[in-house]
Amino acid sequence: MTTAHAKTIFTSEPFIPSWAKVASIYAEMGNAWTLQFEVPEGQDVPTFQPGQFAMLYAFGIGEAAISHSGSAAPRESLRFTIRPTGATTCALTRLSVGDTVGIRGPFGRGWPLEQAQDRDLIIMAGGLGLAPIRPVLKNIQMARTSPRRTALIYGARQPEHILYRDEFDDWAASGVEVHQIVDRATGAWDGAVGLVTHLVPKVSLDFENMVAFLCGPEVMMRFSAIALEDAGLPAERIWLSMERNMKCAIGHCGHCQFGPAFVCKEGPVFRFDQIRTNLFCKEI
Amino acid sequence: MSGITDLLSVHPVLQGLAPAFLNHIAECAHQREIPAGTQILTEGDTASHFFLIRTGKVALQTSSPSTKVETFQTLGGSDFIGVSWLAPPYRLAFDAVAMTDVSAIMFDARCLRAKCENDHALGYALMQVFVPAIIERLKCARLKALDLYAVTNP
Ligand SMILES: Cc1cc2nc3c(=O)[nH]c(=O)nc-3n(C[C@H](O)[C@H](O)[C@H](O)COP(=O)(O)OP(=O)(O)OC[C@H]3O[C@@H](n4cnc5c(N)ncnc54)[C@H](O)[C@@H]3O)c2cc1C
Repeated sequence: MTTAHAKTIFTSEPFIPSWAKVASIYAEMGNAWTLQFEVPEGQDVPTFQPGQFAMLYAFGIGEAAISHSGSAAPRESLRFTIRPTGATTCALTRLSVGDTVGIRGPFGRGWPLEQAQDRDLIIMAGGLGLAPIRPVLKNIQMARTSPRRTALIYGARQPEHILYRDEFDDWAASGVEVHQIVDRATGAWDGAVGLVTHLVPKVSLDFENMVAFLCGPEVMMRFSAIALEDAGLPAERIWLSMERNMKCAIGHCGHCQFGPAFVCKEGPVFRFDQIRTNLFCKEI
Repeated sequence: MSGITDLLSVHPVLQGLAPAFLNHIAECAHQREIPAGTQILTEGDTASHFFLIRTGKVALQTSSPSTKVETFQTLGGSDFIGVSWLAPPYRLAFDAVAMTDVSAIMFDARCLRAKCENDHALGYALMQVFVPAIIERLKCARLKALDLYAVTNP
């Protein structure tokens, strides 16, 4: 790649990656790494919307869709949390400070923050699904989005796997009602153990005037969406972030097709009532 | 008995149970204050009591040599523990430990079963109370068995 290509990270040339250098990399709990990138002088870093993703290219190995997990603060504009699941993500999590990757994006439709304005917001996240939610919480902290009240229900496998564990207190301090729940616990954990859906009745929000953002394993999102609906929240106010295997990220190749929609273009964030049929249809 | 009946009438688990039934089952019930750390139920014991939790938090636990004591569910103010009272062989499958001070209503299981046997309408009403909660716990157990948040390496 030549520097002639490296001007703006995706505007008019969506297939051509720009370069970014690893500024920091650190291990999170639960087998995940958070990487922060910086771009060479003269390159613009485009602003992303919470819920959007980028394509990160480990040179010679492959590209993977990774959600932006940073904030609107300049030094957090290229921050990602990655779990090694295959060749590309393994390579990305083994990078060192100063190493270079290719990057395209931001892509996709993020969280509909305007829907949360002046309404209550319930966020249900599981495991690594907290990564695309973090920008929403940072936005709330920075008063860029102002739901009336916000509650976060976060589920993890066990207490040792809670992602961003140092940030929960900050979110609580900014007014977010924080609930954590794990599947199993040993030792000193005195929090809740069970499914995320168990905490829905404990949330002190106004279900009549609320929106929900869900992100996590698909089965978890299905059960959570149904639990919210049963609690009185209409399906058209529930939003889910979907994942499908992705290649081009701009709606051309069809790899990420989800029924009639492409996750990269119409998603990854979808409205529950609009994807409901396909969500409950096997092997879509 | 009216004090216990009053407590039963406001407990979320028993919402919808007719007042006559509440009076009836109140005869098998006692109020219990349980200090934090108390082992309330023990795996393998006969299910001679079950508890409606009013306030406080209880951990359902099991143990193995590899994991030591593992909590697989916590229950609070709108829950019950000791569901094995309902069906033979009336044997408790897990330990229940008070995580905080717990205020509960304790039922004598034998007394309750006798009442259900003598009054099938009461038995049916109690089944309608407990079966949905048992189905919910079964769903929870199945989802957990899927290990949705597994973080294994490739
Ligand atoms: C919008 C979006 C946002 C995402 N955000 C993040 C994020 O923030 N962090 C993160 O870590 N990941 C994220 N992902 C997931 C990540 O993009 C995928 O896991 C990606 O496939 C990893 O690429 P890889 O080359 O490392 O692994 P792959 O080789 O793609 O393998 C990943 C997993 O898929 C399985 N697999 C591969 N091919 C097939 C197949 N043909 N059939 C069945 N199973 C298969 C593998 O066994 C492995 O378990 C996101 C995905 C999307 C769509």
